[in-house]
Amino acid sequence: MSEEVRTPLIRLEKRSGMDKKKVWAIRVASILVALILGCIPMIISGNNPFSAYGVIIQGSLSRPVYIRQTIKIAIPLLGCALAIAPCFKMRFWNIGAEGQITIGAMCATYFALYWYDKVPHVVLLLIMFLAAVIGGGIWALIPAFFKAKWNTNETLFTLMMNYIAIGIVAWLQGGPWEGRKGSQLIPMFNDAARLPDVFKVHCGWIVVLVLVVLMYIYMNKTKQGYEIAVIGDSVNTARYAGMNVGQIMMRTMFISGAISGLVGFLTVSGANYTLFSGVADGVGFTAITVAWLSQLNSFAMIAISMMLAVLEKGANTLQTRLQVPASISDIITGILLFTMLSCEFFINYRIIFRSRTGKEEKV
Amino acid sequence: MNTLVTLITAGITFGTVLMYGTLGEILTEKSGNLNLGVEGIMYMGGAFGLAGAFYYEKAAGAAAAGPVAIILALLAAFAAGCAASAIYSFLTITLRTNQNVTGLALSIFGTGVGQFVGELMRVKEGGYVALSNNLKNAFASSIFPKGLIDIPVAGPILFSHTIFFYMAVILAFAMWYYLSKTRSGMYLTAVGESPATSDAAGINITRYKYLATIIGGGISAIGGMVYIVTTAGCVWNHEGLSGVGWLAVALVIFCLWRPLNAIWGSIIFGSMMIMYLRVALPFIPTQLYKILPYVVTVIVLVITSMRNSRDKQPPASLGLNYFREER
Repeated sequence: MSEEVRTPLIRLEKRSGMDKKKVWAIRVASILVALILGCIPMIISGNNPFSAYGVIIQGSLSRPVYIRQTIKIAIPLLGCALAIAPCFKMRFWNIGAEGQITIGAMCATYFALYWYDKVPHVVLLLIMFLAAVIGGGIWALIPAFFKAKWNTNETLFTLMMNYIAIGIVAWLQGGPWEGRKGSQLIPMFNDAARLPDVFKVHCGWIVVLVLVVLMYIYMNKTKQGYEIAVIGDSVNTARYAGMNVGQIMMRTMFISGAISGLVGFLTVSGANYTLFSGVADGVGFTAITVAWLSQLNSFAMIAISMMLAVLEKGANTLQTRLQVPASISDIITGILLFTMLSCEFFINYRIIFRSRTGKEEKV
Repeated sequence: MNTLVTLITAGITFGTVLMYGTLGEILTEKSGNLNLGVEGIMYMGGAFGLAGAFYYEKAAGAAAAGPVAIILALLAAFAAGCAASAIYSFLTITLRTNQNVTGLALSIFGTGVGQFVGELMRVKEGGYVALSNNLKNAFASSIFPKGLIDIPVAGPILFSHTIFFYMAVILAFAMWYYLSKTRSGMYLTAVGESPATSDAAGINITRYKYLATIIGGGISAIGGMVYIVTTAGCVWNHEGLSGVGWLAVALVIFCLWRPLNAIWGSIIFGSMMIMYLRVALPFIPTQLYKILPYVVTVIVLVITSMRNSRDKQPPASLGLNYFREER
């Protein structure tokens, strides 16, 4: 070992603070990089990237009908991202939103199928809402309970709960709740169990927008939101300050599961009008990335969930018009997530190169 | 008895797919990286593996040889898996992004790429991508002579499998040897348990994490390829492949991060997943059999955390990134 102190070729330094404008410039640049990389699969499939992007925008935003369909895709994404935000703020890695949506949808469906002729329209919707919220909440409470009590790994636990939930619905679909024998389908909901439309989109969009504001207030202006933030920063600090960490975890997970359950209710009652095992359709996973990319800021989630919805709706049009497989939206979404995740590195760290003269160049 | 033999044999066929996925993820998680992108990696492995064999046959025509096709499919799948997990490694290790979110992003990306490649091949080749029967047999038939397979009970269970099964078993033993008998394997375990301590001991954390994650991803991807060329009959079938990667993540927990457990663990999981076709248990509807693996995994997870025995825990730093500057 030589005594001489050697500086490595590249090293990193944490940035203290960066100009707000510069931060946003980096983020916008990362989106542009993603869109450029997204050209690769389009070229491989033999299409001009410009016209392909044109079709995506056209197919998702050019007509009111398309816009409504795009918003319909964005509603569950936004709602579910809001559900995940408090957990992730607490550094409780809840990746079980998929299952919580499914269970919420299942609980709402029970009443839609068997109570539609027993209670009036509004009451029925209220009961379905409550059932979904409680069902989703309890489903999320199970892993939280074990985490609080025995420190069971929550990432893996919540992940498993997804497939248990999906399996239960698959069983109901082919068994007890099956409509016509052998159809493997649950019958369509009666009109009484369907959500009313507002501006021709089911009223779920109002619900999630209200939730955006409520979640913002909850996370930033209430005592409970503060407790969540403290636990996220340091569990030990929270304990030292006398917080009941286990209880807060369970409470937060219940809220999170409840909102996911609500999303499930909105999906079955506003969009699909029936229940099937794929009701969550990956939303629970995609919403995690939406929440994280928005830095858990509820207002930013509106923009990001809309962006992903535009991609998804546009890619469907791309498939019908240019025969590009619709899975291209997943590829571009993936690339977008990669670049947006990496750009945070350049916001948080400064890279320092060792120059030949021994001086340092800062980038 | 006969049902049991068929169940185990079929369980091994599906279990082989899981075994690759699981072994790869064990290696990855041993380094402390929780790669939730296995689902996407296995999709990519399936699509690229099929593409490798398909274009080889297209180029070689009737002269296409089974062993060459197997090797090419393996290489193509392995390379695809390495490439996918290299993205993950670069993001989480060098750029320090959140592992859960990056893994999920990789899942979305990988399933997209796999689907895209699978669909695109179909469109380009005029609606149907399939290998000749010659190659199909090479992929799906046993490597042992018929005399051995015909032995009652032991024959089908031990000798009737594809080459991929025996390779997976050898791989499991090799990985066990590597992790528990070699210095480098123990260093890898140390990195997963406590990166800060390993770093202080002079182990190159970054190198171990990169290599384990990338090679692990490559191994997982082979699982996707094996599914496509055996169970799916050499055609692109994304529906059958969906959920397999998550099942592999579950199996890693079930196996308590030990490669040898993966052998019998994946056979049990494989049998559970196909049991609904063959066995009827009293009181449990057959559709619910498919959730059994997940329920069992949850129970294992809960019991190990309750008993809190130290050798049965996940690697201590699993899911956490290591910043030397933040010690």
